[in-house]
Amino acid sequence: MTAPATLTEKIMARAAGKDRVRAGEIVTVDVDLAMIHDSGGPRRVKPMLEQLRATVWDPEKVVVVSDHFVPAVDVESAQILDLTRKWARETQVRRFFDMKGICHVVLPENGLIQPGMMAVGGDSHSCTGGAWGAVMVGIGATDMLGVLVTGEIWLRVPSTVRYSCTGSLPPGVSAKDIMLHLCATVDPVSMNYRVAEYAGPAVEAMEMSERMTLCNMSAELGAKTGIIAPDATTHEWLERVGAGVGERELQGDPDAEIEREVVIDTPNLAPQVAAPHSPANTHAVTDSIGTRVTQAYIGACTGAKLNDLHMAARVLKGRKVAEDTRLLLAPASTKITAEATRDGTLEILTEAGAILLPSGCGACAGMGAGILADGEVCIASTSRNFQGRMGSANAEVWLASPYTVAAAAVAGEIADPRDMLT
Amino acid sequence: MKIDGKTHAFGDKIDTDLLSPGAYMKGPINEMAKHCLEAVDPDFTNRAEPGDIVTAGFEFGTGSSREQAASCLILNGIGCVLARSFARIFYRNALNLGLPVMVCPTAHEIAPGTRLTVDPLAGTATEEGGRVHDCEPIPERLMDMVAAGGLIPYLEKTRIT
Ligand code: SF4
Repeated sequence: MTAPATLTEKIMARAAGKDRVRAGEIVTVDVDLAMIHDSGGPRRVKPMLEQLRATVWDPEKVVVVSDHFVPAVDVESAQILDLTRKWARETQVRRFFDMKGICHVVLPENGLIQPGMMAVGGDSHSCTGGAWGAVMVGIGATDMLGVLVTGEIWLRVPSTVRYSCTGSLPPGVSAKDIMLHLCATVDPVSMNYRVAEYAGPAVEAMEMSERMTLCNMSAELGAKTGIIAPDATTHEWLERVGAGVGERELQGDPDAEIEREVVIDTPNLAPQVAAPHSPANTHAVTDSIGTRVTQAYIGACTGAKLNDLHMAARVLKGRKVAEDTRLLLAPASTKITAEATRDGTLEILTEAGAILLPSGCGACAGMGAGILADGEVCIASTSRNFQGRMGSANAEVWLASPYTVAAAAVAGEIADPRDMLT
Repeated sequence: MKIDGKTHAFGDKIDTDLLSPGAYMKGPINEMAKHCLEAVDPDFTNRAEPGDIVTAGFEFGTGSSREQAASCLILNGIGCVLARSFARIFYRNALNLGLPVMVCPTAHEIAPGTRLTVDPLAGTATEEGGRVHDCEPIPERLMDMVAAGGLIPYLEKTRIT
């Protein structure tokens, strides 16, 4: 019998070919999956691979997604997309998703994130993959080059901080509110090199897209990554997308040593908003009621999954977007756009006045349609509100759940979504 | 390898959008580097001289995984960053690109414009006036890579082909 281990330790031990690894240890792991996108991927690693006269270690384990510069808005972005396509073809990467949506959503939609996997992604929100009980960490382009050449990476085994969400979420409150609340209350220095493990009845009751939001915003918490133990909900998703449950799935031992546990009083959580220019500037929505907004944005990997659109629709059904406010809607993937069309959600949103944008990173990264002018105020379902991220450095970005963004779109100012639920 | 330069001081949470604004992502990196940190210090790129040192508070480099955040500092001649803590992806990226970065718990006590000598292997930053700040040293194996100019030149140099 080996000593009890956390889920993360077990996955990393398996990937390192060891019986047991301990938090704090530095190990070299075999990478099961490496994801790169158009912004940090081919255009950055291609010249480095050429310089080293090296090739990709295993094209079957590499996934390429075009999402940051889609669709091309100028010659520069068109060139980047063209380079991405050509590179994927040349290197024989079969899993290339061109303009299908945001990487962190497209991968699980295609069943590519499996429980127990050790994965890396060339994007800081790669931690989203943890929602499937995988260890997935974000890395930069040069680190990615190392992975593409060798199939390995050195990593420090993180200790686990468990966030236990009690009870269940009240109406109008979502996973996004939990994460914004944590951004304000957890010192990010205390999460550096740690993995955030989400557990408790409220998490067990969540569907996958809400679990994705938890793991996604582990990046904002300052954690190395986030993880959730796989369960029947995880399996149901994998079966639905035709992936099946692989053999790598692992569970942590209940008596494994963790660094600390943080209990979140979920039933008493109010909708949250993060004021400019940091997710840490979060407080209850009730403290900011009446702040005028010029733009409401429902988009990004964090806040435009099917479930997020359903939240917005619950507020917007039978209502109209305020006169001097615009509501931009960029579903996180083309598949979500199709599903939201089929189930009537898109009709509710567009009837209310939402302007439909292409699926991709868009305004979230300040690269696509929907960026802001000096003095504008935007409330967004995205994950980051750094100064200048969505356009002008003199614009304000507030972060909130899809419920709260939709409520602000209707009121033309920050409003409490709990008063508008249908 | 020692770094000698004057300091530019910044606060907590200097994020990747401040270091490498997304609006310049499509263009050449030299263009983006001209806008490095402009939102918090419009004169930074004019004042920065080769070998200068950036000091900062907690969570330096938080946010995106974009390596340009470290590249923009390098292109402005910055020779070293001392911060009270770093976001982990930025930390790896900087070392991979040959920019020494060190955790220095007293970085916020170093006045802007101070002449500083940094020894990454010893883990010290010494002010002209003599005060020594303890930092977390960069391990020798990693320093070999940093001194070579980062992972790519290092691999080029050491890979047996
Ligand atoms: S939607 Fe925003 S947060 Fe998500 S991957 Fe794209 S740029 Fe990053």
